[in-house]
Amino acid sequence: MNEKNFQEKIEKEQKIEPKDWMPDGYRNHLIRQMSQHAHSEVIGMQPEGNWITRAPSLRAKMILLAKVQDEAGHGLYLYSACETLGISREELVQQLHDEKAKYSSIFNYPTLTWADMGAIGWLVDGAAIVNQVSLQRTSYGPYSRAMIKICKEESFHQRQGYEIMAEMAKGTAEQKAMAQDALNRFWWPSIMMFGPQDSESPRSGNAMKWKIKRQTNDELRQNFIDKTVGQAEVIGLTIPDPDLKWNEERGHYDFGEMDWDEFWNVVNGNGPCNQQRLDHHKKAHEDGAWVRKAAREYAKKNTIN
Amino acid sequence: MTEKATVWEVFIQTKNGLAHKHVGNVHAADKIMALENARDLYTRRNEGSCIWVVKSSEIISSESEDSEAFFDPSNDKMYRHPTFYTMPDGAKHI
Ligand SMILES: [Fe+2]
Ligand SMILES: [Fe+2]
Repeated sequence: MNEKNFQEKIEKEQKIEPKDWMPDGYRNHLIRQMSQHAHSEVIGMQPEGNWITRAPSLRAKMILLAKVQDEAGHGLYLYSACETLGISREELVQQLHDEKAKYSSIFNYPTLTWADMGAIGWLVDGAAIVNQVSLQRTSYGPYSRAMIKICKEESFHQRQGYEIMAEMAKGTAEQKAMAQDALNRFWWPSIMMFGPQDSESPRSGNAMKWKIKRQTNDELRQNFIDKTVGQAEVIGLTIPDPDLKWNEERGHYDFGEMDWDEFWNVVNGNGPCNQQRLDHHKKAHEDGAWVRKAAREYAKKNTIN
Repeated sequence: MTEKATVWEVFIQTKNGLAHKHVGNVHAADKIMALENARDLYTRRNEGSCIWVVKSSEIISSESEDSEAFFDPSNDKMYRHPTFYTMPDGAKHI
């Protein structure tokens, strides 16, 4: 009966709220997906944080700082939303540290040059936007509301990245080469952010039935590629895929094979920066322990709590 | 496991004259920190003119399972709506 009511609500496009009955599978799927999303926002600050002190101008530095701060905010919105499912933030962070929870593999690639700040904003935030716009319609109320708030903040992220790429692409030959190199390194990992192809994605069945996911990995990926090809052309950069071409019949771009061995290798912990990202998070968390403790003690001693 | 932080619900008044609206929550040890965290998290783009924070544990919510019975008393009182009344033809500004 509960299960039937639940599914009827979903079919009617009504949101499920924290106190509503939900199947365990739905709750667990959401905890896994939302915590992975939250951890991605937080870990995602590291590759960009790497360039804050070396930004080429004060303007660039202020923008990057604000962008990274937004990502911290996104992580917090998502942790809050995830906590409504009955799991604490402390447990979520512990799962990350114990490697029971994952984060997006894209953040396990290093940021080698300033152009990578451009490529990340343009492509990584661009891909995240396509995913997050779709998730605004997710069936779980708190997740949907977090996505709406996040999407409002994201378009600045993508535009600042694209602006960096456009500037470099019309700069010196060396600057243009740097922009092209960043595009070459980030293109394939970015389109793999949407996850395995639909034919290989074992969990998407229930996620679609429960309307947690509203579009499949392949639909979202195609949407991103279709949007991005023209943007690369406008700034005179070349997407590193010789098979990329417009398919009149499908009304979409065709594109080449993705290297799934590399994808799974990075997912399974063997990317260039997996260890570094996790170690840094643990260290920052441990280094902050005394601050959390001091704040609690202070609150206990003062009547202002 | 570390000691859990207190969760505070955050309400923001976006403009003078409007009602405060729930936007989410923050973790904080005390009310000052809760206000400051709420400011940093929810008003990075001038979204607020005033913030309220209240401990989540102090919020009392109705149960969605019995929302039908709970809200039942208002269902059959159509005469509370202006459209219930028949106005004579030609009456204006009412
Ligand atoms: Fe984000
Ligand atoms: Fe972003």
